[in-house]
Amino acid sequence: MDLALIIAVSTMGGLGLFFAIFLAIADKKLKVEENPLIEKINEVLPGANCGACGCAGCYAFAVKVVNGGIKVNGCPVGGEEVAKKIAELLGVTAETSVKMVARVLCRGGNLEAAKKQAEYKGPTGCAVAHLMSGGNKACFYGCLGGGDCVTACPFDAMYMNDNGLPVVIEEKCTGCGNCVKACPRGIIELHPITQNTYVFCKSQDDPKTSRAVCKVACIACGICSRKSEGAIEIINNLAVIDYSKYNENIEAIIPFDKCPTKAIDRLFVKKVEEVAVE
Amino acid sequence: MELFLIFFSAVLVNNFVLSYFLGICPFIGVSNKLSSAFSMGMATTFVMTLTAIVTWLINNLILIPNNMAYLQYVAFILVIASLVQFVEMFIKKTSQPLYRALGIFLPLITTNCAILGLALFIDLKAYSFLQGIVFGVGGGIGFTLAISIMAGIREELDLADVPKPFRGAPITLIVAGILALAFMGFSGLISV
Repeated sequence: MDLALIIAVSTMGGLGLFFAIFLAIADKKLKVEENPLIEKINEVLPGANCGACGCAGCYAFAVKVVNGGIKVNGCPVGGEEVAKKIAELLGVTAETSVKMVARVLCRGGNLEAAKKQAEYKGPTGCAVAHLMSGGNKACFYGCLGGGDCVTACPFDAMYMNDNGLPVVIEEKCTGCGNCVKACPRGIIELHPITQNTYVFCKSQDDPKTSRAVCKVACIACGICSRKSEGAIEIINNLAVIDYSKYNENIEAIIPFDKCPTKAIDRLFVKKVEEVAVE
Repeated sequence: MELFLIFFSAVLVNNFVLSYFLGICPFIGVSNKLSSAFSMGMATTFVMTLTAIVTWLINNLILIPNNMAYLQYVAFILVIASLVQFVEMFIKKTSQPLYRALGIFLPLITTNCAILGLALFIDLKAYSFLQGIVFGVGGGIGFTLAISIMAGIREELDLADVPKPFRGAPITLIVAGILALAFMGFSGLISV
């Protein structure tokens, strides 16, 4: 009885020892040399693996940052906070960057945009609808309402409203740009969070068609561009804002009320006193 | 000829996942994408083959001669755990992306019951050394086949218009059930 016990214990002990030595040797032979900084930076990063920085994921970004292949503020999701932490770890100073958010530049929801005579039945995704028949709406440039951008958002910062348009929740939006890539019609763009004036239309149809297919389309009347000193131009039947020339003085001149379809609009209107102080 | 039969029996008729219901955890967990599912299958096949070799040796050279068959479970788990550790190191060294894609499921091969099942089946069916290896490879390929088919279906399923209450886990389990049902059709093909 005692002998069996001893044999059992020594067998298991021997096996355990054998595998322990085997693994110890394997560990030495197969060791991957890794900069300890990479792991530390990886922990600081958001960990969403969204790919907005242009790397294959947060870990790839950490490797690149350590090797100097990308700037410390290269993570648009983490923003300044993360940039600071990375800079601290690497012992360099971070440059500041303005937070970018996604803006949906189409307001032609189910209420505003005209429907086609035919009805689209099939997969509901935007990309598919765009390729198949251009979706339900008569406008070929507007939002398809399939929610590809909402699906693409890794941060739950978007939802579809009752009108069939995507809405960006600014507080949650990190400016990773996944929705921009997901939209087959290029309606979503990244802009600095401070930017408030946009042309909420992408239609390049002639004014008559634009008017017929959507209540809120830009009809290229040019009222907004007249006094804008070149900041707004009509290109291909569409008012386009040149943000490099655009500033608050011009914003004050533009007659937003006169836009017949309210296609050009401000997201938020600054109070008079605020503008005066600046 | 017999080896041939053992191999196909392990792949199709007695598929570890779809007829023994072993190793369901990675089967559901890593079958989102075909590429990582296939890699998982390959890693499992590798571990299964090594396990078949090492456990057979330990069982027939150490445990059975010393009348210690009761130590099988403990010894086999020790072997599997060590081998998985080894495979993990090996994959980390050779393919970082694969290492990240497999993530937690790589260490989980340790507790994959398909592998312990394999080691115990070899003893139960009293296979010879060569038969055991073939059974191990066959079991691994069978696992790869099952998880790859599942991943292929789930990739297509992402585009399908599934009724809301069935989205996610429910439809996955239903698909797994139908797959198992389909594999039951192979029973009686070979009897080993």
